[in-house]
Amino acid sequence: MPKEVQRLDRVIIRFAGDSGDGMQLTGDRFTQETASFGNDLSTLPNFPAEIRAPAGTLPGVSSFQLHFADHDIMTPGDAPNVLVAMNPAALRANIDDVPKGAMVIVNTDEFTKRALAKVGYTANPLEDGSLAGYKVSAVPLTSMTVRALEDFGLSKKDSERAKNMFALGLLSWMYNRPTEGTLDFLRAKFAKKPDIMSANIAAFKAGWNFGETTEDFAVSYEVRPAALPSGTYRNITGNTALSYGLVAGAELTGLPLFLGSYPITPASDILHELSRHKRFGVRTFQAEDEIAGVGAALGASFGGALGVTTTSGPGMVLKAETVGLAVMTELPLIVVDVQRGGPSTGLPTKTEQADLLMALFGRNGESPVPVLAPRSPADCFDIAVEAARIATKYRTPVIVLSDGYLANGSEPWRIPDVSALPDLSVEFAAGPNGEDGAFLPYLRDPETLARPWAVPGTAGLEHRIGGIEKSDRTGDISYSPANHDLMVRTRQAKVDGISRDIDPLEVDDPTGDADVLVLGWGGTYGSIGAAVRRVRRVGGRVAHAHLRHLNPFPGNLEEVLRRYDRVLVPEINLGQLALLLRGRFLVDVISYTKVRGLPFKAEELAGVLQEVIDRAE
Amino acid sequence: MPSENTDGHPNGVAADGSGPAFKGLTLVPVSDVRYRMKDFKSDQEVRWCPGCGDYAILAAFQGFLPELGVPRENIVIVSGIGCSSRFPYYLSTYGMHSIHGRAPAIATGLAASRPDLSVWVVTGDGDGLSIGGNHLIHALRRNVNINVLMFNNRIYGLTKGQYSPTSERGKVTKSSPVGSLDTPFNPVSLALGAEASFVARTVDSDRRHLTSVLRAAADHPGASFVEIYQNCPIFNDDAFEPLKDPGQRDARLLRMEHGEPLMVGADRGVVLGEYGELVVADVAEAGEDRVLRHDAHRTDPGYAFALSRLDRPAFEHVPVGLFRSVRRPSYDEMLNGQIAEAETTQGRGDLAALLASGDTWTVE
Ligand code: SF4
Repeated sequence: MPKEVQRLDRVIIRFAGDSGDGMQLTGDRFTQETASFGNDLSTLPNFPAEIRAPAGTLPGVSSFQLHFADHDIMTPGDAPNVLVAMNPAALRANIDDVPKGAMVIVNTDEFTKRALAKVGYTANPLEDGSLAGYKVSAVPLTSMTVRALEDFGLSKKDSERAKNMFALGLLSWMYNRPTEGTLDFLRAKFAKKPDIMSANIAAFKAGWNFGETTEDFAVSYEVRPAALPSGTYRNITGNTALSYGLVAGAELTGLPLFLGSYPITPASDILHELSRHKRFGVRTFQAEDEIAGVGAALGASFGGALGVTTTSGPGMVLKAETVGLAVMTELPLIVVDVQRGGPSTGLPTKTEQADLLMALFGRNGESPVPVLAPRSPADCFDIAVEAARIATKYRTPVIVLSDGYLANGSEPWRIPDVSALPDLSVEFAAGPNGEDGAFLPYLRDPETLARPWAVPGTAGLEHRIGGIEKSDRTGDISYSPANHDLMVRTRQAKVDGISRDIDPLEVDDPTGDADVLVLGWGGTYGSIGAAVRRVRRVGGRVAHAHLRHLNPFPGNLEEVLRRYDRVLVPEINLGQLALLLRGRFLVDVISYTKVRGLPFKAEELAGVLQEVIDRAE
Repeated sequence: MPSENTDGHPNGVAADGSGPAFKGLTLVPVSDVRYRMKDFKSDQEVRWCPGCGDYAILAAFQGFLPELGVPRENIVIVSGIGCSSRFPYYLSTYGMHSIHGRAPAIATGLAASRPDLSVWVVTGDGDGLSIGGNHLIHALRRNVNINVLMFNNRIYGLTKGQYSPTSERGKVTKSSPVGSLDTPFNPVSLALGAEASFVARTVDSDRRHLTSVLRAAADHPGASFVEIYQNCPIFNDDAFEPLKDPGQRDARLLRMEHGEPLMVGADRGVVLGEYGELVVADVAEAGEDRVLRHDAHRTDPGYAFALSRLDRPAFEHVPVGLFRSVRRPSYDEMLNGQIAEAETTQGRGDLAALLASGDTWTVE
């Protein structure tokens, strides 16, 4: 008899296990199946900084959360409906996030006395009633996997290793996911190890069949495809989208892309991705340190390339002096900071938004730099293209503030039509611009205030630039007080002027009569948006605006701020944007902050928002 | 004279007319303009202290550039910070006076993305060996096609006289009133340890020798490292006087020439010591046939390293000329090779195809 199929509008699943259990891969595969099925989705990987933290311990737990739905969603979800716990550590580390009533699938094989004791369980939670209120499915995942693979002649260890595929098969059955993509993936991944390939495929199928046959699981679920705007989609992480955006930026400007980078979590994937695209003329240079990464990028920019460097907070600190040189030499440069928890080494694999003030002010002297921040994984593409536009048009370094959540999180992306992307072609200086055939490297475009970009190899435009203050027009060394004052103000005016050349801040205020505005920036867009929806569902009136340009601000920001009685600014730092807004506009915004290394929960933000609304009324 | 592999021609074209005279510049355009020294002087007033060795180096460099035969616009000088790093301002080529120690990194990005440029890094002992030591050694090991000229005056000049990484131990300076405690670097040994494929040393005041070393450096494909002993009359005057004074220099200088016996003056030569080290011995005593003939092309850097150690104790005998010049693929050559290979085998990238790669689905 076929089993009952229940329809759900959305589900949040969290896969959790040891960092060696392959949870990221499992989550990733489930995500791909879900994406190709057409659900809207959002993911949140969460893994330890150690590559292989001691097995079975709390610090070694790695998890992957996926939220998918038949409608459009904004976050990876606050609380899982389903927790898959591959061992006691995974259960212990995650159960507090799981609300009562949710399903908890545990791998009973790992619940040995020793493993329980290792994470401080004095009694077996599967037996002592502490999981009362949850729908617990106790499944001996490991031993069932080993049994399914008996005939494969693998070592016990190799067989056990396939248990994540068993779990994936089970969950794929439970949510009626298409499986062909995963089978293809396994065939490709283990093409060179045919026995491991067949074992993983067999484990995956065994998991599926187990779901279908066992009486433990009486129902399976269906989440219908979401009605997204028409187009071709793919699932994409922030780091991949950013890499593609950089390639696109290079194509659209007509410049070769040069990436100088030093490996650092969570930015390294951009280096990995770009190093694969040599056929686009992309040159990647793994430098000896962060300073050399940005130095080489600036050197390439001097030579007419689109110079890019990618890093995270600790690397940003080291690059500051070279970014200052780029400000002084007025050369295009893209600096990507995938923010992580700080200060110092901080939390390498966790997210934070605390590099904003460093991006704006973390250099000596008056050193204005445009700063952009993507608001979602897919938006990383558009922000990278925008960074290429601003950097080349205004001959300036541009800082992009992504973050660990955006970098590793993913969502469906409607693939843009390449022919609809903006033409960003760059014109190098080709001839003299001064009287008597002289070339004046610091004679500016009256509109943009950008100076000419004259690349080596152009006859007649030979000139010298550097970090010492430049004389207006000629670019010669100048120590003149009046000239310094002029140049400091001109560099500032050039960056400030970009506000005329960016989209005005859009405000989402459907009823048009909200008294409260919630204003965010960067990676908090999803959580704030989800919180706003919750509040509106219960009749709350609230406007939402989200900044992608942090320097300069969109020209209408002040007007938007003044339009509302109260402005709530949630940030994953201690109020850096709030400080800027107060300082710049004398608007007493309400700052709400959390720095837990994790995105905001929509429910929590909705509560805060409701309070602000209640106080305003 | 390090002349074993130079076939330089005043026009920058090889004697047989086949291409650039300098093998390090095969991808750089050949100039059809016949330059003269004055064509490489910029309009900026030179501002080193009177008597500074930098003047002589600048003059030798400007005098050499016409011979390079590269269009002026294809030459780029990148420097860091320090007295020597003002160099780019005084040349009419492209140039960047960057930040302290970072010139090799900046030049790496430039040279790697623009094989049509002749890129020169000008640095000093503080800039290149102290704050920028890391970039220097990595540029050398990567063998980026740049020429590094390191002016060694064994002192910090621009900051007014502190001891530098090449100052001798015990040196009394403003920051070491009772003598510095640091053991100095031997820049040539350091470069050799960093896998440099071309390492040479010369002296600011010997224009002929300096020019010959510049010529050899330009001729070398890949990174070349040239240490130039440079006098700072203000803060470390006469640091190299024993090597310049006509009365004693010939007895101290070991002028290395490929294929020729390694002689210090007329009487002393370099022979193999008991443990395989190199020693300077009286030729009459040791026997003429024990004197080694210089081989700058040895793949193993051990011999060149042993030569670099001969200048201890200070200046008793100091090798100048080419320590090592071996051919290995340059970084930029390999990097651009990978790009060309990808473009030929996979075809030029198509953005639309890249964006739509992986698992996709369509919503009607
Ligand atoms: S301080 Fe010394 S090195 Fe610097 S310019 Fe003066 S003499 Fe030359």
